[in-house]
Amino acid sequence: MEDIVQTVVAKYNYWIYITLMMLGLYAMIAKNNLIKKIVGMNIFQTAIILFYVSIGVKKNATIPIMQEVHGHAVNVAAYHNPLPHVLMLTAIVVGVATLGVALAFAIRIYNQYKTLEEDEILAQIRTREEQMGKI
Amino acid sequence: MFWQLDLAVLTLVVFAGIGSLMIKDLLGAGILFGAYSFLMCLMWTVMGAVDVAFTEACVGAGVSTVFFVAAVFRTTRRTKD
Amino acid sequence: MKIIGLFIVVLTGGFLIYAAADFPAWGDPNSPASLHVSPYYLETTVELTHVPNAVTSVVADYRGYDTMFETTVIFTAGVVCFFVLRALGRKGLREESQERLYRHVLTGVTVRVKAGGKIPESSDFQRIDVSWTPPDLIIKTICRLLVPFIQLFGLYVICFGHYSPGGGFQGGVILGASIIVYAISTDLRSAVQRFREKTDALLAATGVFIYAGTGALCLLLGFNFLDYHALAPILFVDRVMARSHGIFIVEVGVGIAVMSTMIWIYNVLASRGHYDEGL
Repeated sequence: MEDIVQTVVAKYNYWIYITLMMLGLYAMIAKNNLIKKIVGMNIFQTAIILFYVSIGVKKNATIPIMQEVHGHAVNVAAYHNPLPHVLMLTAIVVGVATLGVALAFAIRIYNQYKTLEEDEILAQIRTREEQMGKI
Repeated sequence: MFWQLDLAVLTLVVFAGIGSLMIKDLLGAGILFGAYSFLMCLMWTVMGAVDVAFTEACVGAGVSTVFFVAAVFRTTRRTKD
Repeated sequence: MKIIGLFIVVLTGGFLIYAAADFPAWGDPNSPASLHVSPYYLETTVELTHVPNAVTSVVADYRGYDTMFETTVIFTAGVVCFFVLRALGRKGLREESQERLYRHVLTGVTVRVKAGGKIPESSDFQRIDVSWTPPDLIIKTICRLLVPFIQLFGLYVICFGHYSPGGGFQGGVILGASIIVYAISTDLRSAVQRFREKTDALLAATGVFIYAGTGALCLLLGFNFLDYHALAPILFVDRVMARSHGIFIVEVGVGIAVMSTMIWIYNVLASRGHYDEGL
């Protein structure tokens, strides 16, 4: 019993991050609306960024901006790890660029098919193909 | 910071994420996604990642929400899903 | 589809939670992520680059190659949005929304002008959007007063990326947001008139060019690509300060590219590609 409590206390935040990721993944697969799929993609992205940033945390450490300590060597354990922050900075901005492109495609699809639901779009494509096949 | 604050904000994050996926109004989904972004920014500030939190505050809770609202304005607001 | 999706998600989640048992404990300073390269970055960022913000020095100097391609990706996203909605889709979109609405200012009468029709240019008629609402004086005035301060803050964030949280991306997005708030509070047309599309596209390309050009300049002066030591004779400073100034130059390039791309994508999305009516 002590073991289980110990495990839960040590790892519960990883489990919540994994839950968020799976929420985003499920939304991308199972939702019919295109905007909901795009929201699911962004939830997935931010959950992964949360996971990466959380592995760079150190106990009793401060933000990775160097304090003024002349003459002493830098105590590395007193600063959070800056490397995941750098990689995730790139990931966030690329995420918003991808969001812009995805929304542009959604507007274009709406202009052509007058709906944003995936099953209605597929039905329209199929009827169009059948008409083209019959001609 | 202490773990109670962490757990409270994480719970709110999960609720905002589930809410933005289950709501039937697309404008509401966009706004709830903005709230989700802002709560993520809070999480990262608590973890000490100030650069990442600053970027998410401008980009996620700012410009990304504006893009969603603009796209919903130009398409439709209702959804059955 | 939902059942397959649920099954896949539960399976993946189960595997990941099972693998989470091997993850390092929360806040462990000896976790593998913090052991190999990042102590070197933390120890040498002040003495080799004179930049206290470790994240800025890593993003623009130690890992500058990554950031250059990230800026290229942002510029490419702006170009793709432009092509999807504005350049290649013209034939299908040309039939609709060709009628324009004008409003007589003194009487409030709305005039609908069909496609191809003309209306004489006079100050009595102003062009309105299809989703027009009466102008709100408070919002217009406050946003007009706020725009220079937002831009000043954006410039501050770019310049002080060395010493405080900030840098090129955040400052660029804030600068772009200042133009977007002007476009939302007044017309899209007046914002496009002040910051035209051609200027926008050229500025985005200039931002990427500044970044890659700095790297190429270092190459031309005999050092490695993006090795800012080479800029020391040009900027008349010593080698360590040259790295700090090199970081600043590439952050300015990134800020310009990000600002222009955010404004470009917003204009294209809010007007569906037509650039005449916005949010």
